Amino acid sequence: MVQLPVYLDNNATTPMDPRVLEAMLPYFLENFGNAASRNHPFGWKAEEAVDYAREQVAQLIGADPKEIIFTSGATEADNLAIKGIYEMYASKGNHIITCVTEHKAVLDTCKHIERQGGEVTYLPVNNEGLIDLKELEAAIRPTTILIAIMYANNEIGVIQPMKAISELARKHGILVFTDGVQAVGKIPVNVQQDGIDLMAFTAHKMYGPKGIGALYVRRKNPRVKVTAQMDGGGHERGMRSGTLNVPGIVGFGKACELARLEMDQDAVRLSQLRDKLETALLQIEESYVNGCRASRLPHVSNISFKYVEGEGLMMGFNKNIALSSGSACTSASLEPSYVLKALGLGDDLAHSSLRFGLGRFTTEEQIDYTIKAVTDIVLKLREMSPLWEMFKEGIDMDKIEWAHH
Amino acid sequence: MAYSEKVIDHYSNPKNVGTLDKSKKNVGTGLVGAPECGDVMRLQIEVDETTGMITDAKFKTFGCGSAIASSSLATEWLKGKTVDQAVQIDNMDLVEELNLPPVKIHCSVLAEDAIKSAINDYRKKNGLEELVFEEKIH
Repeated sequence: MVQLPVYLDNNATTPMDPRVLEAMLPYFLENFGNAASRNHPFGWKAEEAVDYAREQVAQLIGADPKEIIFTSGATEADNLAIKGIYEMYASKGNHIITCVTEHKAVLDTCKHIERQGGEVTYLPVNNEGLIDLKELEAAIRPTTILIAIMYANNEIGVIQPMKAISELARKHGILVFTDGVQAVGKIPVNVQQDGIDLMAFTAHKMYGPKGIGALYVRRKNPRVKVTAQMDGGGHERGMRSGTLNVPGIVGFGKACELARLEMDQDAVRLSQLRDKLETALLQIEESYVNGCRASRLPHVSNISFKYVEGEGLMMGFNKNIALSSGSACTSASLEPSYVLKALGLGDDLAHSSLRFGLGRFTTEEQIDYTIKAVTDIVLKLREMSPLWEMFKEGIDMDKIEWAHH
Repeated sequence: MAYSEKVIDHYSNPKNVGTLDKSKKNVGTGLVGAPECGDVMRLQIEVDETTGMITDAKFKTFGCGSAIASSSLATEWLKGKTVDQAVQIDNMDLVEELNLPPVKIHCSVLAEDAIKSAINDYRKKNGLEELVFEEKIH
């Protein structure tokens, strides 16, 4: 029997692994101490737990524990990295290079920097979602202080060439920040080998709890510093004040440990399931994969089903299957996914997209169920789609004067 | 956001999906919306020329569940009405009947536009002056 509902929105958030919850539980009731309380056993226990977790987190990404700054999540870490570097290195320059398919937490922080008088270059991506290294190099100025490129994209799963990016940055003496939210814990990410200076990541995308994330800040070659965005008791080496979320940190640590031990086998299993799903859904006429298939997270697939609308599509199965669409019919702007548009997809294809994000607890039965349910609804909705009828009649839809509203 | 039961019912069992012969003089066709906006509706009416009564109505819609439900309901309401009565259908009647939330009101506006566009197409084909409607905000 297939287990319903099927959860395929693991890029939005993952369920907690029960082993993570188990690790966290003692830190709510028995060991509730403040990790900054240096004078009694409650504080010592909390500090010990945080230290251990910091090691677990650091080990996953090949960092030193001292290089891990705990935050409330990746949005805060993105903010701290970009604003913190902009302020700390103001005497060196005011220019940041990023990319149009970044998460809003990066893009909106960059907009903030621009309002502060900073300059930001937003690199385009090709039709597979990858940046062009030549364009990156051409964008470098004497005032460039930071290159902020995400490790892997949340909507299409495309992995950017981090190593090549950081080599280029190093050549020009520029720091590299990456939003590693979707990549860390899913594919091997190593800050040494990848040459990353700062990296944001979060627990709840890798079977850990919500409300806890981290910023990796390099301490050696070069020693990187960020200006604190939260003032207070000087926690986290002065870079992020605020009482540590001990249960969250313990859970984050456990999640990182499990990811380190199980990532390889999870990736093999999930890429097989993903490929099965993708191959089956591509049997549907006029369906297309979005994003570079050769450089992609193993558990993600983004597919456009031409001539049907994503939200209408999801309504056909959303009682039993949870996933996301690039359509934005519910948003006030009616604008479809800016990521898909950046790949050069027309609005119509962007509106027709579904994002499948598999996870540790996805089963093969669930994938089989999803293949059938999605196929049935696509075919049903095409029967009531005027665009499908026009396509079948060979009408050139680009020649129609649509009444835009 | 949860859908109302009526929207789900029209989405699951849409009424009057299909195509009428647009070459016929007594068939009016309205095609509104745009693929880029995520909604396209095609609504057609077949009119009994002697009585002015709408004898059949069909739709095809590319869009979300609320857009499909709005057009499905519109075709139901059109059947049995005279063309003059059909002009009176207001998008807010659809909103009320389907319990559409504010972000989905544009779906009902689109359905009203589709009705009016189909009526004007019919009028044009039959040598009547096209009606001018006040534009609604989508």
